[in-house]
Amino acid sequence: MRYLSEYRDPELARALLGRITSTATRRWVLMEVCGGQTHTIVRQGIDQILGGAVEMIHGPGCPVCVTPLEQIDRAIHLASRTDVIFTSFGDMLRVPGSETDLLKVRAEGGDVRVVYSPLDALELARRTPEKKVVFFAIGFETTAPANAMAVWRARELGVKNFSILASHVTVPPAMEAILESPDNRVEAFLAAGHVCAVMGWREYEPLAERYEVPVVVTGFEPVDLLEGILLAVRQLEEGRHQVENQYVRSVRKEGNFRAQEMMLRVFEPVDRSWRGIGTIPRSGLGLREEFSEFDAEMRFRLEAIRPSEPSECRAGEVLTGGIKPFDCPAFGNSCTPEHPLGAPMVSSEGACAAYFNYRRHQMATSSRAES
Amino acid sequence: MSPPRAPFQGPVCPTPYGDTDRVQLGHGSGGKMSAALLRDHFLPRFENPVLSELGDAAVVGVDRGELAISTDTFVVSPLEFPGGNIGALAVHGTVNDLAMMGAEPLFLSAGFILEEGLPFEVLDRVVGAMSSAAVEAGVTVVTGDTKVVERGSADGMFINTTGIGLVSPAFRPGPGKAVPGDVVIASGPIGCHGIAIMAVREGLEFEVEIESDTAALHPLVSGLRESVGEAVHVLRDPTRGGVASALNEVALASRVGIEMKEGSLVIPGPVLAACEMLGLDPLYVANEGVLVALVSPDRAGDALASLRSHPLGEEAAIIGHAVEGHPGMVVMRTGIGGNRVVDMLPGDQLPRIC
Repeated sequence: MRYLSEYRDPELARALLGRITSTATRRWVLMEVCGGQTHTIVRQGIDQILGGAVEMIHGPGCPVCVTPLEQIDRAIHLASRTDVIFTSFGDMLRVPGSETDLLKVRAEGGDVRVVYSPLDALELARRTPEKKVVFFAIGFETTAPANAMAVWRARELGVKNFSILASHVTVPPAMEAILESPDNRVEAFLAAGHVCAVMGWREYEPLAERYEVPVVVTGFEPVDLLEGILLAVRQLEEGRHQVENQYVRSVRKEGNFRAQEMMLRVFEPVDRSWRGIGTIPRSGLGLREEFSEFDAEMRFRLEAIRPSEPSECRAGEVLTGGIKPFDCPAFGNSCTPEHPLGAPMVSSEGACAAYFNYRRHQMATSSRAES
Repeated sequence: MSPPRAPFQGPVCPTPYGDTDRVQLGHGSGGKMSAALLRDHFLPRFENPVLSELGDAAVVGVDRGELAISTDTFVVSPLEFPGGNIGALAVHGTVNDLAMMGAEPLFLSAGFILEEGLPFEVLDRVVGAMSSAAVEAGVTVVTGDTKVVERGSADGMFINTTGIGLVSPAFRPGPGKAVPGDVVIASGPIGCHGIAIMAVREGLEFEVEIESDTAALHPLVSGLRESVGEAVHVLRDPTRGGVASALNEVALASRVGIEMKEGSLVIPGPVLAACEMLGLDPLYVANEGVLVALVSPDRAGDALASLRSHPLGEEAAIIGHAVEGHPGMVVMRTGIGGNRVVDMLPGDQLPRIC
């Protein structure tokens, strides 16, 4: 497939790997921010073949994983109402709330539907005026413009039965929170290519400057990731800390202006709680006052929900790169993809699920070796 | 000129039969409407002496030997999709299950649950396809049943088929019979059925329409039986859950590990593109016209040649090996030299967000 197979070329990947190992004079610690990148790294075994040259730690960039429990409980509450059609991207459906999840709500009679675009949810609202259609608007700067567009169109068309449960988060504040942490081990970042396709990469320049940390905007295929890692390792070896762009086929420095404009018209920065991490100031996007009629939290007067996280789950440390998934005592024992305790075990982009799905072989082998 | 009037026939029940282009609850009553349903929509298409007796059970003769029996229920939505419909699927699905046990399919039963309001033109197309598929597969539908349920209680129609096939004593593949060293062969490109269905459900359009691969596989199995016989240890048709789930089942049942090589599977471009767009893994997408065989390494070349000599198996390829290590587990060697576990999914594949 054009634009895809060339970025999965094993020959090219091996050549890049050779250059990484010959460039690195010591083991550098890199974080890939985005869950999509984590998925490719673990699925393709990139971290395995990097060996001693680079340690990859997996960042908080999976929107499913960081959506806070209280927001999932709100979604479940709304989806259980008989007057609501609750719409969501597919992989939110299995994320456990405090007591249940959206798939179980659907089995019990709730009208929960998977959509591929918020505009499909809006169209559903137009077709079913007798129901209130709520869209679970989660994600980073990648999904925010389309969700903003849906709200914008709803107002333009006067669709009164459409609203969104907004739980958007943005990347730079999370990277800053990681860098500020006293336990931080990250020496360079692979920034999320698709987020940068929307936002450009200007906003990473102050971060790179202030924390003296290289940032490489990177794509999602094996060759992209290895090239991004090579660029980051070169910077570290040369003592540079700049923002570089590996993902030139998709990302321009200024990003997608029209998408940014739509986002800013509809959303504004708000403090947002990240599952397992806690509240990060101005790290989320909420609907502006003028669009409050499309805010499900306002429309349904959702009361404060105070959920409790399973105490065993160490999702926060996994999401900030403090521990690897298999360092968590619950991993593979009380927490599996069938019965996830925390969100990183649910989404295929979650670090725990990626390790569980793709690495049990390695873990089984190493535990046999130990025993 | 006024239309001719029907001659007066005496008092008739004022309850109208209503429009006759749709299934009504009365068609499940066991009365005249039921008889008409059979007479007009089923019997002409499945015509054979056993069925035409309309007895309470079919009486058939078979040679002495062992029988394979398999039942499967089909609830696919939409009922019609590129490359086939629920009727063709209901034949292929069951005869393929028989074929995977090495059996030659002979007879089918067919049970229909029809939803009130189902247009007869849809029913006729489905039954027509079923009839053609049965003829092509060389099986006879010898008994059947129809029920009609209220609108909303079924999704158009559901079909159950049970198949009976004759097992040849010298050819008995089974899921637990793989041994380390066996070569894993897939008979064709994967992912077509699941993606064809998904494309219709999600309203996706591709430059090239993806058609379901639904087909009867026993001609391929006959070829294998004749060419390599007992060297075939396992046969599976990777339907729901795809190739990944089928190989996991084999690994568990045979207590062997299976190693796959990324890039060895034939995945059609449009399937790959759809999977990229929808965030799905083609390894878990359903197939209805592909078989996976585990064959002794010394006969793998002959098995491959046999499959490739049939139009359904033209693109047959070796996709992996059974190994002694990691019993019960399927591991994929990635293109760039890493490896990963290919597990069964806990539930349905859910589309990813980004």
